[in-house]
Amino acid sequence: MSQAEVTTAAAARSAPSPLWALSLFRSEVGTVFRRWRTIALLGVLAAVPVLVGIAVKMETGDGGTAGRGGAGPAFISQVTNNGLFLVFTSLAATLPFFLPMAVGVVAGDSVAGEASSGTLRYLLVAPAGRTRLLLAKFTATLAFCCAATLTVAASALAVGALLFPLGDVTLISGVTVSFGEGLLRALAVAGAVALSLVGIAALGLFVSTLTNSGIAAMATTVGLLITAQIVDQFPQLHAVQPYLFPHYWLSFADLLRAPVYWDQLLDNLGLQALYAAVFGSAAWARFTAKDVTA
Amino acid sequence: MARIEPTHGTDGAPDAGEGTRRAHGRRKAVRYAVPVAVAGVAAASIGIGTALASSGDPDLPKISAQDLIAKMAESDTQQLSGTVKVTTDLGLPSLPSGLSLGDAPAGGKAGHGSAGKEAGADTSPQAKLTELASGTHTLRVAADGPDKQRLSIVERAAEYSVIRNGDQVWAYDSKSNTVHRSTAPKGMHGGKEAPQELRGASPQELAKKTLAAVDDSTSVTVDGTVKVAGRDAYQLVLKPKAAETTVGAVRIAVDAKNGVPLKFTLSPKNGGKAVVDAAFTKVGFGKPAADTFDFKPPKGAKVIEDKADGKAGKEHKAGPGKDAGAPDLSGMNVLGKGWTSIAELKAPGGVGSGAGAKGAKDAGPAGALLDSLGSKVSGSFGSGHVFSTRLVNVLVTDDGKVYAGAVTKDALIKAASK
Repeated sequence: MSQAEVTTAAAARSAPSPLWALSLFRSEVGTVFRRWRTIALLGVLAAVPVLVGIAVKMETGDGGTAGRGGAGPAFISQVTNNGLFLVFTSLAATLPFFLPMAVGVVAGDSVAGEASSGTLRYLLVAPAGRTRLLLAKFTATLAFCCAATLTVAASALAVGALLFPLGDVTLISGVTVSFGEGLLRALAVAGAVALSLVGIAALGLFVSTLTNSGIAAMATTVGLLITAQIVDQFPQLHAVQPYLFPHYWLSFADLLRAPVYWDQLLDNLGLQALYAAVFGSAAWARFTAKDVTA
Repeated sequence: MARIEPTHGTDGAPDAGEGTRRAHGRRKAVRYAVPVAVAGVAAASIGIGTALASSGDPDLPKISAQDLIAKMAESDTQQLSGTVKVTTDLGLPSLPSGLSLGDAPAGGKAGHGSAGKEAGADTSPQAKLTELASGTHTLRVAADGPDKQRLSIVERAAEYSVIRNGDQVWAYDSKSNTVHRSTAPKGMHGGKEAPQELRGASPQELAKKTLAAVDDSTSVTVDGTVKVAGRDAYQLVLKPKAAETTVGAVRIAVDAKNGVPLKFTLSPKNGGKAVVDAAFTKVGFGKPAADTFDFKPPKGAKVIEDKADGKAGKEHKAGPGKDAGAPDLSGMNVLGKGWTSIAELKAPGGVGSGAGAKGAKDAGPAGALLDSLGSKVSGSFGSGHVFSTRLVNVLVTDDGKVYAGAVTKDALIKAASK
């Protein structure tokens, strides 16, 4: 370690600066992304567009279109005309389960995993404060949300460009826009999908503070996800559905209308913010008041 | 094993005195109050939001029903864009997707023949209209003058758009990437009604049809004011005087400034939720962007040519009387007029009538099913089954005639007995 590094570290320790918080965050991100589990999850997510792309290519080898008559995941009938649509199809295919499951695993593990492996105590020995540690954990989970979404999108774009032609994009309203704008919209879609995962990230973090078993926290979070998805399917329960975190997930498709239909997108963002606020503060209440024995 | 307890501010030492412990408990409770408070504030603001949105009928100068109708007729608003929410509740079980009510027989299918079948689900505008007959749908509309219109049905991750620009009418289904193309029948409908089949769902069109049916069999009143999509509006109430009809009342909210109908509600006589409720949730009267009405078939889309003329002819043969919504009911005969009009159809190809005739004759499982769906009735016409919805009653006689109308069962039986 060089002299300069030591001094900065010492200075940071003596007066907690934003840089210090950043270093905590950096270490948390490192912990998350260095795990084999995380890398495997990202690998699975990257494989989904490859599978979808190859399946569509094989089905349409004779010149037909996939998803005849509107069957199959959203946008699939467009993939053969424009590889960019593989991004939307893949996100629509992974958003209901794969993506939130990956986020649930990472979020559920964040505190409970440290507790079960006995490393949480050492984290708390550092004079960082529990609130700040929790914030670092949450931001690291959010970073994973972005990384997971971008993994799917980037892999889909690469596969789409390899297997299918690229070019002007026909939006679902029937309006054709340039490829550049299509790419921008794809980026916006990825952003909307990543933000859609904030709710389950906060929920997972809260569950993670409740137990000392990482596996239990992950299973509970994924279980809650499945329950919410099932409840969202029953028309008889429509009164509660607007308050379920997966309810507006598919609203990212509204970015592909012309003009963009904002209502549900904004509803989705509001709902995710509400989940983040409620379960984030619940996690804070639990974590800052809990006895850590392991 | 040493416990690591939360540090409280500066006093790090876990001094386990009685007072500290109680303070500890209190602080714990205070912490848990935070998420509860956040949830409470959110719930309260949602509640206040909806309360604010629904409260406060605007203060407007009084207007007579006659003047209000005149205002609607004079309205020359040509440009508008907005979002319409249509809720239809006929009391039918919700249809599984792909199956549409009264799947257009004869004319409609012949128009695009095998191509439509190949696409799996029928994507023609007619089929789409029947999809609107149940559930809640969001439509986006834009209009600029008599020959530039656009209507899109906002679906989950898909959209169905009908665009009219000049004499070209395009329908684009993003789900199956299919385009339907037809030419607008110029002059036929006053050269005005663009994607005629689908426009049927907008508040303007519904209001226009209803007002056309107004005569001395209807009482027309103005019932206060309402706020629709942030605009002040008068509420026009039409109540049929006839006892036989199942229509309770039709309410039309008319924009106080420009006379554009903003909301249309049809409620049944026996109370309950409205059968049809179409209202703007957002509306603007500026000029929509010109490229809104530009359409060229996307690359790789399947283009199906619809023969507009053949169908338009069929439609006209269907005769006057109340627009039944389903355009292709050939051989329809309208009995009575106004609210109590009853449509009479002769069997083959008619909606469900084939099954009706057969089911009653062979008393197999089909007959039993029919009995469980409709109630058996008999009269001087023979016997048949009556199928009831919240608004429309349908009588299918055993000899294959169908009587349908927004009238009571007795009125149907009376009509059939004649």
